[in-house]
Amino acid sequence: MAFAGFSGTAKVQGAPAKSSRIVLALLLPGMLYLAMFFMIPLVSLLITSLETPAASGAYGAYDYALDFSSYQRVVTSYFPQIMRSFGYAFLATVFALVIAYPLAYFIGVRLRSRPLIQKLTLTLVTAPFFISFLLRTIAWKQILSDDSPTLNFLRSIHLLAPDQYFLGTPFAVVWGLTYNFIPFMVLPLYGVLERLDLRLIEAAGDLYASPVSVFRRITLPLTMPGIISGTLLTFIPITGDYVNASRDFLGSSSTSMIGNMVEADFLQNSDYPAASALSAVLMAVILLIVVFYVKRTGTEDLL
Amino acid sequence: MKEFVPAGADLELRGIRKEFPGFTAIEDLDLHIPAGEFFALLGPSGCGKTTTLRIIAGLEEPTRGQVLIGGQDVTYTKPHERPVNTVFQSYALFPHMTILENVAFGLRQRKIADPLGKARDALNLVELGYAAERRPQQLSGGQQQRVALARALVNRPSLLLLDEPLGALDLKLRRQMQIELKAIQMEVGLTFLHVTHDQEEAMDMADTVAVMNKGRIEQMGAPEALYERPKTAFVAKFLGQSNIFVGEIAEQSANSLSINVAGNKISVPTARAEKTSGKIAIGVRPEKAEFHREQPAASAERNILGPGTIKDIRFTGVSNQYLIEIPNIGDIIVFAQNVGISPVIELGEKVWVSFKIEHAFGLADLPAGDED
Repeated sequence: MAFAGFSGTAKVQGAPAKSSRIVLALLLPGMLYLAMFFMIPLVSLLITSLETPAASGAYGAYDYALDFSSYQRVVTSYFPQIMRSFGYAFLATVFALVIAYPLAYFIGVRLRSRPLIQKLTLTLVTAPFFISFLLRTIAWKQILSDDSPTLNFLRSIHLLAPDQYFLGTPFAVVWGLTYNFIPFMVLPLYGVLERLDLRLIEAAGDLYASPVSVFRRITLPLTMPGIISGTLLTFIPITGDYVNASRDFLGSSSTSMIGNMVEADFLQNSDYPAASALSAVLMAVILLIVVFYVKRTGTEDLL
Repeated sequence: MKEFVPAGADLELRGIRKEFPGFTAIEDLDLHIPAGEFFALLGPSGCGKTTTLRIIAGLEEPTRGQVLIGGQDVTYTKPHERPVNTVFQSYALFPHMTILENVAFGLRQRKIADPLGKARDALNLVELGYAAERRPQQLSGGQQQRVALARALVNRPSLLLLDEPLGALDLKLRRQMQIELKAIQMEVGLTFLHVTHDQEEAMDMADTVAVMNKGRIEQMGAPEALYERPKTAFVAKFLGQSNIFVGEIAEQSANSLSINVAGNKISVPTARAEKTSGKIAIGVRPEKAEFHREQPAASAERNILGPGTIKDIRFTGVSNQYLIEIPNIGDIIVFAQNVGISPVIELGEKVWVSFKIEHAFGLADLPAGDED
């Protein structure tokens, strides 16, 4: 939730010089962790992405180089998967927001007078985490499979044509992505809605604002920090997700996302430079989108 | 484009009752406030005055009864549909908007022409025109209070509700705001309903004061009338201070009633007594009483008590407050104006207390602890 607290609370106080050594000591483990598990792998990834096939011609062997051809190759050949990843991520994020906002509002605002039920409901939102993400996705595979009771029922009430199916379609993948990431949307939204000052809502109503106006002019702008962190917490991991879209779960070869291509290049084709280049491209595009998004939504109304 | 309502409207509450789980906030409230009046609802915290205000604003629904504004029944209309605006105790300014946008909010919602121009005028009225582009968090409590007032006033509501808006201000600013608020009310001619627990504020500003206690109105009237003739022990003690004497009626003449308290005869004019039989309570304001070093001669015009001893003397600037203990009666408070000729008196001196019979008032009930 790195973006939840940027509404201007970060005030650094001039600490006495003595305590700066303690601060450094406290920061050290974190810095070491970041260096070992983020900076070094990142640099290693970038180096790999620039490697060229080994002069010996051995399969899966590469030499250090400054070869940008992998980038060109992945962008041209995986263009559909890249577009699909961002398209699915956009859809799933929007659906998750539409489902999570009313839920978070109910828990954070309506249940305030009943703290016990409020905490219980919040626990229920996080309860799916107690079961493995893979198991839950496989469960959806069962539910959405061609001969499942669900589909048979939908066919019997003529909501679905006899030859229509879900599994392996973009619908099933976006469904699975939305489902799996809803808790990541609910929690930051709950965080801001739980602190929403209801006296402001009353005041807006007193000043002739209809419920729709109150939501648009007061509730929505005041909960924007939660919406931003929630959408980032879902959008970013969804673009890199490779489980839902995989053939073994809810997808098919026509729903492959960037993650599936990275997996294939890395584990099956042993094309490490291509897998690394694709990862780097994904990272760069996400970074650009996030910077643009935060600039657009963040600075205007919140600061 | 809509325009403003022409003037204030009158407010009528009919048989309002409000129950919350476990307690009743308002017992049975009837109230009529004529258009253009400055009305104060005065009472201690928990007396139901804020609930009354919230029912009028539409933020709570009464369990029973009707709310009429300008003759129209608005009991079940939503807050945004009522010609009422509120200055909240917490001010409730929108933190994500500038001061100017806060003030223009109601105008924009009603699609009134030139919202920003009118908002600027309202800010100038409360002398905050220079702060238009700031955010609420950048203003002091007093400034925020004035913004809240401007935000409500700019809509020219038929009825303006004030929920202890001066509560958070320091004394000096509070006095200044009281004067400004009264001046604005006279200037715009709106109906004001001011909810407060500060009796001085209520008496100073309002045309009519209603004293509320335990979910009902104890007494209502002009501030002077309320002060001169409190009808219940609660009003006598909440609105200013009172000395109260309780006893069975001992003597009854054509125009006065007397009780006997520990050998002292205390009389009240029948016309100023609410209760004329059995055990009654007679009160007098401390500034109407005086003390004497010599026993005063018995008089048909004065009640005389004593002797007692001076137990405490407090100098408050404009007056001295004396606490005089009379055996079997208790403590009596006497205020003497500090005009430089007050007798020099020491603690423990023996004195008599007297007051004019015409200044006494008879209460309808007995003070807590003296009931049968």
